[in-house]
Amino acid sequence: MARASFSQSTWLVAEREIKTLVGSKGFWIGFLFTIVGLFALTVLPTVFGGDDPKVAAVGSAVRVVQGKQLDVREVATVEEAADLVREDEVEAAIVPDGGGIKVLALNDPPNDVIRQLVESPPVELLDASAVSSGQRAVTVIVFGLVFLMFGMGGAAIAQSTVTEKQTRIVEILVSTVPVRALLAGKILGHTILTLAQVVVLALAAPIALRVAGLGELLGVVAPALGWFVPFLMLGFVLISSMWAVAGALVSRQEDLGSTMGLVMLAVMGPYFGVQFFYENATVLKVMSFVPFTAGVAMPVRLFGQQAQPWEAILSLVLLAATVVAILLIASRLYTGSLLQTGARVKLAKAWAPAE
Amino acid sequence: MLTVRGISRSFGDHRVLDEVSFDVKPGRMTGFLGANGSGKTTTMRIVLGVLAAHGGSVSWLGKPVTPAHRPDFGYMPEERGLYPKMKVREQITWLGRLHGVDRATAQRNTDELLADLELTDRADDRLEALSLGNQQRVQIAAALVHDPDVLILDEPFSGLDPIAVETVLDVLRKRAANGVPVLFSSHQLAIVERLCDDVVIISKGRIAANGSREELRRRHAGERYEIVVEEDAGWIRDVPGTTILELDGPRAVFESEPQQVLRAALDRGEVRSFTPVVPTLDEIFKEVI
Repeated sequence: MARASFSQSTWLVAEREIKTLVGSKGFWIGFLFTIVGLFALTVLPTVFGGDDPKVAAVGSAVRVVQGKQLDVREVATVEEAADLVREDEVEAAIVPDGGGIKVLALNDPPNDVIRQLVESPPVELLDASAVSSGQRAVTVIVFGLVFLMFGMGGAAIAQSTVTEKQTRIVEILVSTVPVRALLAGKILGHTILTLAQVVVLALAAPIALRVAGLGELLGVVAPALGWFVPFLMLGFVLISSMWAVAGALVSRQEDLGSTMGLVMLAVMGPYFGVQFFYENATVLKVMSFVPFTAGVAMPVRLFGQQAQPWEAILSLVLLAATVVAILLIASRLYTGSLLQTGARVKLAKAWAPAE
Repeated sequence: MLTVRGISRSFGDHRVLDEVSFDVKPGRMTGFLGANGSGKTTTMRIVLGVLAAHGGSVSWLGKPVTPAHRPDFGYMPEERGLYPKMKVREQITWLGRLHGVDRATAQRNTDELLADLELTDRADDRLEALSLGNQQRVQIAAALVHDPDVLILDEPFSGLDPIAVETVLDVLRKRAANGVPVLFSSHQLAIVERLCDDVVIISKGRIAANGSREELRRRHAGERYEIVVEEDAGWIRDVPGTTILELDGPRAVFESEPQQVLRAALDRGEVRSFTPVVPTLDEIFKEVI
């Protein structure tokens, strides 16, 4: 009889994983959530934060505020204008003062209003592509969130593994194909799905940025985005293999929580690490070479133009090597625990050579 | 022929299998009997390679069974399991392909099996939507979809109603008739009695009896006979060297030199019937374990 080769078995397992996941509501809800979240993050600030400040203007001051980005309300007297400020109807009042004008405000100097009234000196940027800190902050959040969402999405691998253990179909599977093919197929299937989602996001991102009027940011993000994809994919494989082991160690969905902790840490770690420390160049540099945090930290450094391409490649090689090592460890743990039922399997027991 | 020779297995200090040997011959249904915990499932798992033996060997067609053979075996584990949310036809076809059958063949086999098992109208339902009995039939299909060379079925009939038992039996007999060796365990002795050609009885991890059903019966038959005469058969107890086991008017079951009793009976009148008592599997089972 013809036998399925290792790669055929792997592919069949992957195919089933993809079909199952694509056929589930949870997958689409999660993906929709990611897209909506990212759009909201980039578009909403410009929609809601973009209103012109409201001011009141009196007499000759009206001429001064015309043509500025201010929402002007003309009033007859200075008292009337001051009342509007006190009642919080306007942010500030611009009133004549001698030959010039004066700004009335309640308790803080209204900087956004003042900026409109001041003649700015011409500015020439020597490093025109340099990234503003605001743009960096957005990028850190976006990269971190994408990594977090896909990393958590890997939990589906743990769930699928437990389902196989819980329903005992695992016994048919391991009597049919090598355990490694099962593991490889699961990781492959979920990686392909993640890649597909990344592609959709990568296509959607420019649209989101244009809508937000951040078109110029696109040129800056694009190269970092190019680096982010391989880091994200390798990082995903790394985390997937850990999810698979987390699933193999328990026999019932209810017990999954007890083994997921470490993996959650590996997913959340890079997110929070980079959120907290992205302004500390040294810590960020270290994190950009540690395989578990490199997935977010290195693209952020590349985006901030703090890293050379060779650093990215080195970090990618380190990550790839770690992926291989973790895959080997995971495959042994997976094999050692897949057929154990009952209580949670201890790591040492899963690691022990088969009796 | 599938040959099991001297396999042993322990879990910790507990020896579950001790030098188990038997054969499963092509084209024959071999019933594997044993009480709960006697080692049936462990033996089957070792034959399938799901579990390692601590000694002994399993060979198929004279060569040791390796992981490469496993896709040629059809296996139905004791603890049933398929993907609950996958559709029946899709699932069986997928399992066929996983065993190395090409897509077209897998689809054809699936449709044939579902028809044989009377599941065609449920083919596009999710497994979890089926009754337990029907899920059990799907499980049979899962073990057969790749036209296996050997069938190892752990309790294939448990949970089936009598009609379903017949349906499944027909399907399995068809396979055996094509020369496939079938090993199946069961605790329903009546079914085994009716169905199997060969019997292997395991007790506390050792083989207690092993052979064809007829041979076993003959071996365990002893000198037991049943006679039915015209009138009261009480006189038999006066025949020298005879022990009466049952006496009920004209009918008696006894152990003795049979010809002597028959002659005495004919002297007294008409003999309605005179037969050696063949033990049921149930009796043999109770005797050997």
